[in-house]
Amino acid sequence: MNTNIAVKDKPRKNALVMFIHKLGSPPWFYEFTGKLIPWLWLVFAVLAAWALYLGLVKGPADYLQGESVRIIYLHVPAAWMSMLIYSSMAVMAFIALVWRIRMVEILAMCSAPIGAAFTIVTLTAGSLWGRPTWGTYWVWDARLTSELVLLFLYLGVIGLYNAIDEPRKAARAACLLAIVGAVNLPIIHYSVKWWNTLHQGSSVSLLGGSSIDASILWPMLIMAFAVKFYYAANLLTRARVRLLEQDLRKGWVKDLIREQRT
Amino acid sequence: MSHLPFIWAAYSIGAIVLLWCAFAPLVRKKSAIRDIRRLIQLEEPARDADT
Amino acid sequence: MNPEYAGGSLSGAFVALVRRDLLLAFRRRTELLFPVIFLLVVISLFPLGIGPSPQLLARIAPGVIWIAALLATVISLDALFRSDFEDGTLEQFVISGHPLTLIALAKIATHWLVAGLPIVLLSPLLALWMNLSTDSLSVMVVTLALGTPILSLIGSIGVGLTISLKRGGQLLSLLVFPLYVPILIIATAAVMAASDGLPYTQFLGLLTAGLITSVTLAPFAAAAALKISLS
Repeated sequence: MNTNIAVKDKPRKNALVMFIHKLGSPPWFYEFTGKLIPWLWLVFAVLAAWALYLGLVKGPADYLQGESVRIIYLHVPAAWMSMLIYSSMAVMAFIALVWRIRMVEILAMCSAPIGAAFTIVTLTAGSLWGRPTWGTYWVWDARLTSELVLLFLYLGVIGLYNAIDEPRKAARAACLLAIVGAVNLPIIHYSVKWWNTLHQGSSVSLLGGSSIDASILWPMLIMAFAVKFYYAANLLTRARVRLLEQDLRKGWVKDLIREQRT
Repeated sequence: MSHLPFIWAAYSIGAIVLLWCAFAPLVRKKSAIRDIRRLIQLEEPARDADT
Repeated sequence: MNPEYAGGSLSGAFVALVRRDLLLAFRRRTELLFPVIFLLVVISLFPLGIGPSPQLLARIAPGVIWIAALLATVISLDALFRSDFEDGTLEQFVISGHPLTLIALAKIATHWLVAGLPIVLLSPLLALWMNLSTDSLSVMVVTLALGTPILSLIGSIGVGLTISLKRGGQLLSLLVFPLYVPILIIATAAVMAASDGLPYTQFLGLLTAGLITSVTLAPFAAAAALKISLS
């Protein structure tokens, strides 16, 4: 037996590995995230408030676009999140499928509605930004069209997951779909971008291709950073609820709820 | 044309969507806990009588 | 592979499966016509809805014909595995000695022969109805010949995932249409370039690359999907 040697040689590595292993256990995950979530919300709230203050109150209007450029603080971080969440969902889906880890399945599946929400925000903010900028509520520019297709990919994952009754089978099927979507995403992005230039000559974009002034860039980046904490907080919340629902009859859940009562 | 209504609309819709996304799981959590409590009551009436 | 299995080779299994599925498909010859009739009806709706102006029809012809092809493919996809799923044959395939990837490929091949090939053969008529110029007609046929197998291949992944659902067919379109977007864009670009007299072979090259990639990758994904659905 060489366990003693392992502990002596690399205690730190063992601690991290043990931590990750523990997260795979539902009761431990539930307890740990319960403590973590309020802090995540706090960081999000502070950073978002700061970003909005810098952008909406202190920041200048764009000399070309006028006030409407302020929508950038919502539209671009939301767009980045919609793509980041899909990537993280796909990575988790891959891990879940290959190693069959239930917690990762749950985390992947709970990411989908959050990603869809951000995609919807991107689309509506982009549409409302386009109206004063271009005159119409909807333009088939490369980003909006890509986001629309991304929304359909999200809805497909959510739809498939909800359509199958058995939770683990549903998760596995939706994870496979997420991975297939992820493989296709770059192809879709490039073909849409190229399609846009093909049909409009010059590529049109809300940002006009000009470099962004620092006073506009900073609030946008801060908001982009803040929103990641929103994702983490929301994801862990949803994962905990999913655990409660799935492990309804299990001992750890009943013990937990009984303790909450007293 | 004033840009203000568009900014308001964009941020309001964004806020509504993200708030709904944040609170929807909490609603489900309440009903899940309700179900669990009901399950506990059904299966352990003796324990329930103590409290 | 099971060494006790005294049966044939991999290619033998493939051919046997294709033969069997074609035989089954031809037993219900009327059902073979459904995608064809669907195509004809859908295409004829466009002039009715938009007006018969030849220039307008010619402009939208590539997109319209390709979208109709997409719709027809998705509608016929569910039939790909459904009857075998319902009578348990699919389960037997999964536990048989043969790799599920090969079985998936055989079924996809049959689907294309039965649903995709008619689209390709019918396309000159559809091009005529949509007033597509004759220089782009051959390009249209080639894009369909290259593209419809890709539709069958990628679509089979969606079918594998939804086969165990009662209303799988409806969810299938949502799952599969986003994946079809690149094919639609490239194929219609090829035809439009041809009608404008511009070079189009690069698009055909892209489609060929897509076909080769799909043939190698999609059957694995479809087989994985089937395994999950049948678990």
